[in-house]
Amino acid sequence: MIKDDQSVPLLEVRGATKSFGAIRALKGVDLSILPGEVHVILGQNGAGKSTLIKLLAGVYTPDEGEILWRGEPVTIQSPVAALDLGIATMYQELDVVDGLSIAENIYLGHEISAAGFTRTAQVNRLTRDLLVRLGHGDLSPTREVGSLSPANKQIVSMARALSRDTRLIIMDEPSAVLDSEEVKNLFRVVHELTAAGIAVVYISHRLEEIREIGDRISVIKDGRTTAVGLPVADTPTTELIRLMTGRDVENVFPPAPPLAQDAPELLRVENLAVRGIFQGVDFTVRAGEVVGLAGLVGSGRSEILEAVYGALKPSSGSVTVDGVKLKSGSVRDAVNHQMGLSPEERKSQGLLLEEPIYQNVTLSSFARFARATFLNEGAERTAAREQIEALELRPADPDRAAGTLSGGNQQKILLARWLVHGTKVLLLDEPTRGVDVGARSEIYGLIRRLSAAGTAIVIVSSEIEEVLGLADRVLVIAEGRVLATVNADELTEHAVLDMVMEGSAA
Amino acid sequence: MSEQTTVPSAQPVTPVLPPESTHDSTSPNLLARLLNSGIGRNLGLVIALGLLFAIGAITAGEDFANIENVLTIVRYASIIGVLSVGMTFVIISGGIDLSVGSVMGLGSIIATLAVVQNIADQSTWLVIVVVAIAAGVLVGIINGIVISYGNVVAFMATLAMLVAARGVAEILSNRTSQVVRSQDFIEFFRSNILGVPVLIWIFVVVAVLGWVLLNRTTFGRRTVAIGGNREAARLAGLKVKRHTVYIYALAGLTSGIAAVMILGRTTVGISTHGTLYELDAIAAVVVGGTLLIGGRGTIVGTVFGVLIFATLTNVFIQNGLNTSVQAVAKGVIIVLAVLLQQRFAARKRR
Repeated sequence: MIKDDQSVPLLEVRGATKSFGAIRALKGVDLSILPGEVHVILGQNGAGKSTLIKLLAGVYTPDEGEILWRGEPVTIQSPVAALDLGIATMYQELDVVDGLSIAENIYLGHEISAAGFTRTAQVNRLTRDLLVRLGHGDLSPTREVGSLSPANKQIVSMARALSRDTRLIIMDEPSAVLDSEEVKNLFRVVHELTAAGIAVVYISHRLEEIREIGDRISVIKDGRTTAVGLPVADTPTTELIRLMTGRDVENVFPPAPPLAQDAPELLRVENLAVRGIFQGVDFTVRAGEVVGLAGLVGSGRSEILEAVYGALKPSSGSVTVDGVKLKSGSVRDAVNHQMGLSPEERKSQGLLLEEPIYQNVTLSSFARFARATFLNEGAERTAAREQIEALELRPADPDRAAGTLSGGNQQKILLARWLVHGTKVLLLDEPTRGVDVGARSEIYGLIRRLSAAGTAIVIVSSEIEEVLGLADRVLVIAEGRVLATVNADELTEHAVLDMVMEGSAA
Repeated sequence: MSEQTTVPSAQPVTPVLPPESTHDSTSPNLLARLLNSGIGRNLGLVIALGLLFAIGAITAGEDFANIENVLTIVRYASIIGVLSVGMTFVIISGGIDLSVGSVMGLGSIIATLAVVQNIADQSTWLVIVVVAIAAGVLVGIINGIVISYGNVVAFMATLAMLVAARGVAEILSNRTSQVVRSQDFIEFFRSNILGVPVLIWIFVVVAVLGWVLLNRTTFGRRTVAIGGNREAARLAGLKVKRHTVYIYALAGLTSGIAAVMILGRTTVGISTHGTLYELDAIAAVVVGGTLLIGGRGTIVGTVFGVLIFATLTNVFIQNGLNTSVQAVAKGVIIVLAVLLQQRFAARKRR
């Protein structure tokens, strides 16, 4: 048990600023973290959260302002200096080494050794203790980290923090890669850490989550803290959104227009299966209809989308778009028949991060912009500019590199790509992952407008609420099987979870 | 999301061409655009080349700084230059082609086989040119198929081809040199057009066509897309595998052209032609600013890279320094260039 004077903040930041060239990432940040609390930092993408974390982790040093550690001014010169103080950071892209064992990862950089030889037995024993403390005694210390799920990699990352004398753990959107069950476990672990006197700085977009886990909240907007240390319990959600976005946003799903009786069927999936992953998937989507796939991570929901799109070769079954049966396992054929996919991993599967917006937007539609293979860049830019305007994409510059945009705007690039191409069927995998609240409701609005314009949409999301809010019909999926197909208005989040749990257990 | 925005049409929209490029982003900042254009981005390379010229002019004086010598430098650079243009595409796509040098040797042998020369004697010396290029393209296609459909890492596939192509060349030629009989062929490649040697013209044409292909066509855009993010390119509906074959075929094409050029310069086909040229080509491409991991690179940079190495060699020769010192200097330049690249990349990432 760590004893700290509860009245002295563990960590204080006063008026910190940080610029990169002409860009002022932080314009004045204050923060005060108490021992043993869960302090949530809230902010939209690009607000400066990542920069702030890196100041605390010793990756950057502030230009102005000061950092106080247990009341004493400190300069955190390097990541090692941060660790020595007792500040550990769990980055979003977990910094574990896949090729090493759990134990080796945990003691990486502070190996326990005698005369230069690592003391494997002792390290493994200590690792087991740490894992038990985190509620994961079932994991073997010698198991290779590459074989672990993202949730378990997180556990390894946390164990590493605990293996040192850590007073403060910074968690950068730890729940982003987890499903609801894993999030529950994460929260349990966080509670145990705080009970042991360790403070946790918790970064998240998910407002509902913050209610459950946070003690106090600080909000960052445009590089400035707009609120410091608000008690979670007494602050209404609308107030938090206002602090974060500077305007009032209603975080609700726009109502769906009634589906026309004679709306044509645009997508028909029959008996689709990929051996070992999912089987017997049947569904149809009509023009203007939104169908959701609800299930846990690993249930096969993303693979179903990929197989429909041809990115994953199905072992049996067929996909028909607007009456035309697609060539099995051919993305090209799907795209030619106006089917589009916005993939789960925007950055690694969707975008050319180094290339400008307009080149990302036209990537699937070269035929339209090329004469005899010569591209007309003027036409490309014009098309991109039209989409930028229609989708309110920011910054409104077709020449900006896609990688410099926020998550929400990157998502809009992908939507723009399929709008330019012209789509009858749009498959959306996690369309709002890593997208902040303000941009989120914009994406919802766009999806509605697309379906109102006659596109057939299939949506997959970890957030069941999102699936229920957007879809007309929902396919509940567990362990590669469709458990039920239900009208969305007859379902609740609870009911879906119950079904999924039972389906998984069976 | 305000209500007055237009509803994006989900139906295929007819392409809207710009009325005129008046509202294009040409106006905003002339200086910034200039710096972003070819010359600006390659400023470091321009300076490096300028420095080398200055050093050459100071140390070797009149012997270095004359038109004749400049033409010698570019002529020397031309063969590696042609190979490097093909290599630029391969590296931008995220691959590598180690076989270009030995494919060049193989091309020079196949094009000077007795049977080919007989046909050439009876018809035209262009037969030699066509055969050499066809041989290069064929080998490139084999490379591409093995890499793309066989899922063999490019490094290994083309390393195997490097060894094998040289072996085939030795078998076909029985390790002897094959003299080009066609005087017209020899005459043509010895001639000048507008006072500039034909070899240099070939380099210029290949470089210009390469620039157009990379910057103005769907082929170039696809190449960048595949190198930048292979999975995203696939999911966007690009035929990634087929395009990869095309890219290696292009590298083979430039190897074939290089084979013709070396036949023109030396008038003999020999299996050792082009030995280690692949390394010079890769070095020129990387020094020219193309990222080895793919997704980014320029033909202009590559041309500068080639000229820098050629000038360096010339400066050393003019000063009577041996090739070993030269090799050390080359190595230092390569490392410096990559270091600078990383600096640049790190700054951009923020």
